[in-house]
Amino acid sequence: MKILTEHIDVPGIETIDVFCKHGGYQAVEKAIKKMTPDEVTEEVKKSGLRGRGGAGFPVGMKWSFLAKPEGIPRYLVCNADESEPGTFKDHYLMWKSPHTLIEGMIVSSFALGANTSYIYVRGELMYVIHILEKAIQEAYDKGYLGKNILGSGYDLDLYVQPGGGAYICGEETALLESLEGKRGNPRIKPPFPAVKGVWQCPTVVNNVESIAATSWIVNHGGDAYAAIGVGRSTGTKLISASGHIRKPGVYEIPLGITVEDFIYSDEWCGGIRDGHKLKAVVAGGSSVPILSAEMILNTADGEKRLMTYESLSDGGFATGTMLGSGGFIVMDETTCIVHNTLTFARFYHHESCGQCSPCREGTGWMDKVIYRIEHGKGRKEDIDLLVDVAKKIEGNTICPLGDAAAWPVAAAIRHFRDEFEWHIEHPELAIQPGAVYMRPGASWAQ
Amino acid sequence: MKVTIDNITLEVEQGTTIMQAARQIGPEIAPPAMCYYEPLKASGGKCRGCLVKVTAGSEKDPRPMPKLVPACLTQVQDGMIVENTINEEVLETRRGIVEFLLLNHPLDCPVCDQAGECHLQDFSFEHGVSNTRTAEERNTFEPTDLGPNIQLHMNRCILCYRCVYTADQITDGRVHGVMNRGDHAEISTYIDKAIDNDFSGNMIDVCPVGALTDKTYRFKSRVWFSKPVEAHCDCEKCSGQVTLWYKGDEVIRVTGRKNQWGEVKEFICNTCRFDRKKTSEWTIDGPTQISRHSVISANKYGANLIQPAFPISQAARDYKLINDDRDRSFLTDQIKLEAKK
Repeated sequence: MKILTEHIDVPGIETIDVFCKHGGYQAVEKAIKKMTPDEVTEEVKKSGLRGRGGAGFPVGMKWSFLAKPEGIPRYLVCNADESEPGTFKDHYLMWKSPHTLIEGMIVSSFALGANTSYIYVRGELMYVIHILEKAIQEAYDKGYLGKNILGSGYDLDLYVQPGGGAYICGEETALLESLEGKRGNPRIKPPFPAVKGVWQCPTVVNNVESIAATSWIVNHGGDAYAAIGVGRSTGTKLISASGHIRKPGVYEIPLGITVEDFIYSDEWCGGIRDGHKLKAVVAGGSSVPILSAEMILNTADGEKRLMTYESLSDGGFATGTMLGSGGFIVMDETTCIVHNTLTFARFYHHESCGQCSPCREGTGWMDKVIYRIEHGKGRKEDIDLLVDVAKKIEGNTICPLGDAAAWPVAAAIRHFRDEFEWHIEHPELAIQPGAVYMRPGASWAQ
Repeated sequence: MKVTIDNITLEVEQGTTIMQAARQIGPEIAPPAMCYYEPLKASGGKCRGCLVKVTAGSEKDPRPMPKLVPACLTQVQDGMIVENTINEEVLETRRGIVEFLLLNHPLDCPVCDQAGECHLQDFSFEHGVSNTRTAEERNTFEPTDLGPNIQLHMNRCILCYRCVYTADQITDGRVHGVMNRGDHAEISTYIDKAIDNDFSGNMIDVCPVGALTDKTYRFKSRVWFSKPVEAHCDCEKCSGQVTLWYKGDEVIRVTGRKNQWGEVKEFICNTCRFDRKKTSEWTIDGPTQISRHSVISANKYGANLIQPAFPISQAARDYKLINDDRDRSFLTDQIKLEAKK
């Protein structure tokens, strides 16, 4: 079942003519001509669509929180600042099929009553910005954007805003600050963007994938969307799979397939690369906890783990993780978890905005300590120190970047403490290039 | 509105923050504030030093808040119950915050002009731990001159953003700000732009640490050797209400008058701060009230005359042995057992 990527390989799908030939912009026609904004919101609510940016908050509910005072404009902002290591799904979607996003933007803006909407794209993706701008111009020429869309009296202007290339600007309030032309520091909440967002007006910020899915929901109804998936995880999800698998890439999966299926079936990742076996998985982008092979395939109750929001977080952080933004990083037994954690910690050290002290100082501290461990200068007390620092960052910061920085470190130590200990006890072995700790009984080849 | 902080209930007006309510009770209850500065709008929320536990959100919705909340920004609700100094989680987090703030802060207090009136010193003295867990090198920056009167020691900066808000709100046109991000973020001016504004000196007063210092005062004295005196003058630019800091007969420094929480009451202009350093230019109002606990009051005002807060004679009179009649027989059994061995 494919919703977003159904026609993605059709040649010329990035042009509006080919896109319309494959059913494009029907949702705009349907929504604007036949439905009221509230009906569109109702369909999205019924669909059970959850935010695809990482937190998984229901989109329909987020829309219904939008304050609607008289005489004050409302805005829809699309968060295309995808910068999480391991996640590259939005990039793929916007690059291949920009009109999918633009159609969703029009439908969603109509539902929210926004007359100006923005797509905030990370600055590194300049070529995607050019593709989007070309596509937007085509939509203007066809009358899907601009004044009086399809003769309905509804106006919508859509702008693409390049970011400066900061991970923190993917946090919704930092994104709004950056959009306003300021330093991308997260705002202190409350007030939430739904009350005071961009230009101090009510604003909804949604991920690319969430917005793109709304046009299918309008076309086929919320119930049809809710029929896909398991429980509260409805619809399809783009998963960007990377690492030691046979077929890395972006896959659209119906939520509810098993993790084992996803990794080993030929339809998706195609299994671990030849001669190696699964060691660990980061299931939802670098900020979610890493899990070992046994834990990612089965839950603590011995059931098969599914690719859903609930099943992946089953057992809390003790034995579970999160679906996050769908950056599925697979590691085989040649991967050094300490080195991998260092890479993540370094990333968060580099990307912390520096506004609040736990994150500013804590991310740097964890980076430096793990760097020492990795380079054979670890001390025995360093492991507990890392756990304690992570604990003191988590939950005490202005925005979730602090949590995102603390979780991967805490989880790596929780599940792979022996590797850290080995690095500290055998520095002369650990500093060898490509050195990896093998658990007793583990072997290189399958 | 009723709010309970550390089991003390008080009535406050709507829109009061937890910090303001706690300050009404007193300095024992008030959470520490490194970045929050009441006269500056939008300040606060950054240092996380004032995180408190809300065990009941309000009368209507008595659920506890899931995370610790910053007291400086969270408004009280009717019936809110807050735990500050009696909550171990809060104190543990605060110890962590001190550790984070000191991680890249040079411990150069012996040569720092701010020593003695430094909020970070107070904060770490009250809430920090004495041992250190870090083996890492500190991030360092070169000191820079911000205009003729102010020097910036970025090493000491804790990025509270107070000086940024001061420049935004007190002066007409901010030319400095925070550059870069994370722990390599720094306060800086646009290239070759000196801070030259009639009210820029207030940045020194609001700085909680020794990052922004008065160049006319550098290395002249330690604060506890100088004597603060309230004075005023007829200034056409500002209120002229200042504190003069004397060393002998010489005015070595002029600052704004500060309240109990270290916040200036009235911002003063640069002429008053940097250029009026003769007693003849001022009308003296009297000595500044300094807390007895402050290091600034050490060696002055007759320390030998200081009385303890409670009368010792009364304590001696009221002292009595506690009548403890708990069963202690197990102790004798223990002694017997050990004697047998």
